Amino acid sequence: MNQAVKPNFTNAAKTALNNPTLRSNFRSAMDSLRERRAAQFPDALELEGARDLASAIRNRALHNLGQNLVELERNLIANGIQVHWAETPLQANQIILDICQRHDAKHVIKGKSMVSEECHLNDFLAEHDIEALESDLGEYIVQIDGETPSHIIMPAIHKNKKEIAELFAEKIPGVEYTEDVDTLTAIARKVLRHKFETAAVGISGVNFAVAETGTLCLVENEGNGRMTTTAPPVHIAITGIEKVVPKLSDVAPLYSVLTRSATGQHATTYFNLISSPRRPGEQDGPNEVHLVLLDNGRSKIYNDEQMRETLKCIRCGACMNHCPVYTRIGGHAYGTVYPGPIGQILNPQQYGIDKQGEMLSACSLNGACGESCPVRIPIPSLISELRYEATRNDHQGSVYGQGALRKLHEAILWGSWRWIHGHPLAYKAMGRVATRLRKLVPNAAMGPWTRTRVKPALAPKTLHEMIKDDNR
Amino acid sequence: MSARDRILGRLSPAMIATDQTVDLSVHLDKQWSDEEKITRFRDKLESVHGEIIECSAGDWSTCLAELVKREGFENLLLGAGELPDQAASAVDTEIRRYDRPIEDWKGELFADVAAGFTTCKGGIAETGSLVVWPSAQEPRLLSLVPPVHIALLFARDLNNTLTEVLTEQAWQDGMPTNALLISGPSKSADIAQVLAYGVHGPKRLIVLLAR
Repeated sequence: MNQAVKPNFTNAAKTALNNPTLRSNFRSAMDSLRERRAAQFPDALELEGARDLASAIRNRALHNLGQNLVELERNLIANGIQVHWAETPLQANQIILDICQRHDAKHVIKGKSMVSEECHLNDFLAEHDIEALESDLGEYIVQIDGETPSHIIMPAIHKNKKEIAELFAEKIPGVEYTEDVDTLTAIARKVLRHKFETAAVGISGVNFAVAETGTLCLVENEGNGRMTTTAPPVHIAITGIEKVVPKLSDVAPLYSVLTRSATGQHATTYFNLISSPRRPGEQDGPNEVHLVLLDNGRSKIYNDEQMRETLKCIRCGACMNHCPVYTRIGGHAYGTVYPGPIGQILNPQQYGIDKQGEMLSACSLNGACGESCPVRIPIPSLISELRYEATRNDHQGSVYGQGALRKLHEAILWGSWRWIHGHPLAYKAMGRVATRLRKLVPNAAMGPWTRTRVKPALAPKTLHEMIKDDNR
Repeated sequence: MSARDRILGRLSPAMIATDQTVDLSVHLDKQWSDEEKITRFRDKLESVHGEIIECSAGDWSTCLAELVKREGFENLLLGAGELPDQAASAVDTEIRRYDRPIEDWKGELFADVAAGFTTCKGGIAETGSLVVWPSAQEPRLLSLVPPVHIALLFARDLNNTLTEVLTEQAWQDGMPTNALLISGPSKSADIAQVLAYGVHGPKRLIVLLAR
């Protein structure tokens, strides 16, 4: 392993694998999410048609990304929504802090936003004496336990009922231990309702931003997203620049595959389309609405035509639900904001293979993520491509930290392998030597592979020799 | 140079899309008869704990009055307009009106309203969703903060799919401040995948389906 890459992921994965509670929590959750998704797509033809359409919409949206963003900005401003651009998480945090401070906000309420996780916004605001409280039930649970989400759709999926019951009893004053889910939910409702009522600023994410109408779309079940974007006098939305779509009619097909792929729902409870702050004569809604558009590496990904597919993602989480590795190690082992297959292609590109490339090895290329992706991102191919980027040493690639996982012995081995396959005599000799000396291969020769598996047995003769014998 | 210009500068320009239309037929081909639409709407909404009361279009307010009496709602929050007025004169409970800015009575709205009543712009048969456009007459929090949301939907306003609604009604020509699809009461499965209702929004959604 290259000195620059610390084996954090491998160690975290090992720890997770040895935690039976965690494994059982993830296993049962992922099994049920997969079943629920399958039940929403009973017609294979409809499923493929819906994926084709969603993929075409996302491709078209990205094709013209710059132009779509300019149109989005123009229409948002015309609607009275203030637009801010941030190249880095720090810039985004500073923009949000400035707005909060201008309104003298000491408490802000948050709807679910993975982009705000990307910015570590809560910690940043806390450093400036502003309390940011998560209002999505799952996010609230991980926040009061001082954790981060382990799944992008179900943030507290790694915890079971008992663990949440203990957490509530310990952290929320006046709460007694109960495993009754309705009671636990009612407790959170009571705490957070007061916060919705009193918060000076609401911060949310965005699922789709529509260029032609200047509309921000939010998909949710709990109503906390609507509360966050309606009850406080100021609403700040934050999103990645890739979330824009050109047409309003684009959102229906995306919404349809999003809810069915994510949680196996035919629709979420709320689909919330926001196009302006409170207009004259209206009785509620924020007087100010802001949108922060974050780049954070996305424009770099965009410029590599193959890797651009990464940006089609609508954050449904189906790839992690279907990933055999994620199902076994859970989201925290990745140590990143986005876990699972989408994280494996996104994180190394955003932060560099030298920093977050280790997780690229945690994939068997079984293809389940690509098959379940509602917008047809070829995740397995992109993982393969990034593995190539991780080991190439010609400095021709566009990904940060290319070559960081290159190992000399591997490079020599594969170089020889290629040379042998290009030289018939050498190839023949290799076959002969390998089959004749097969018993001399020590058990440990294949490293970690043979530590938990039987060493594959070589045949006594090569295939070519056997065919020759048969024809004799 | 601003962050905006630097970001836009990095997104390779001159990528004008040649194909501006996509084929929406996978959605638009979903067509049901009026009766099928109602059945589908009902099945989908009831599958997520929505409650449906069928009534005649001419007599929905009697239905509402019976509902309010049966459930014993201590008060009912209404917006302004012809239909809310009709509701107000039919029910036998305390009527409150959402007729002033939220800042003037936020505490009361959050703590002391039993049920809210709204009209709907339409419905979607495919997913059992209400289409609601809050307005100056019927504000946004009216369908969100009270623990019970009673919605009046005329069966004639049912569409097949969201795609059909957006294209036929040409929403892009004039979006309201806020447009909503509502499919059931507020819910969460964030605690061990167990469904719980009434997380932050209404615990019950009761649809008066007038036909």
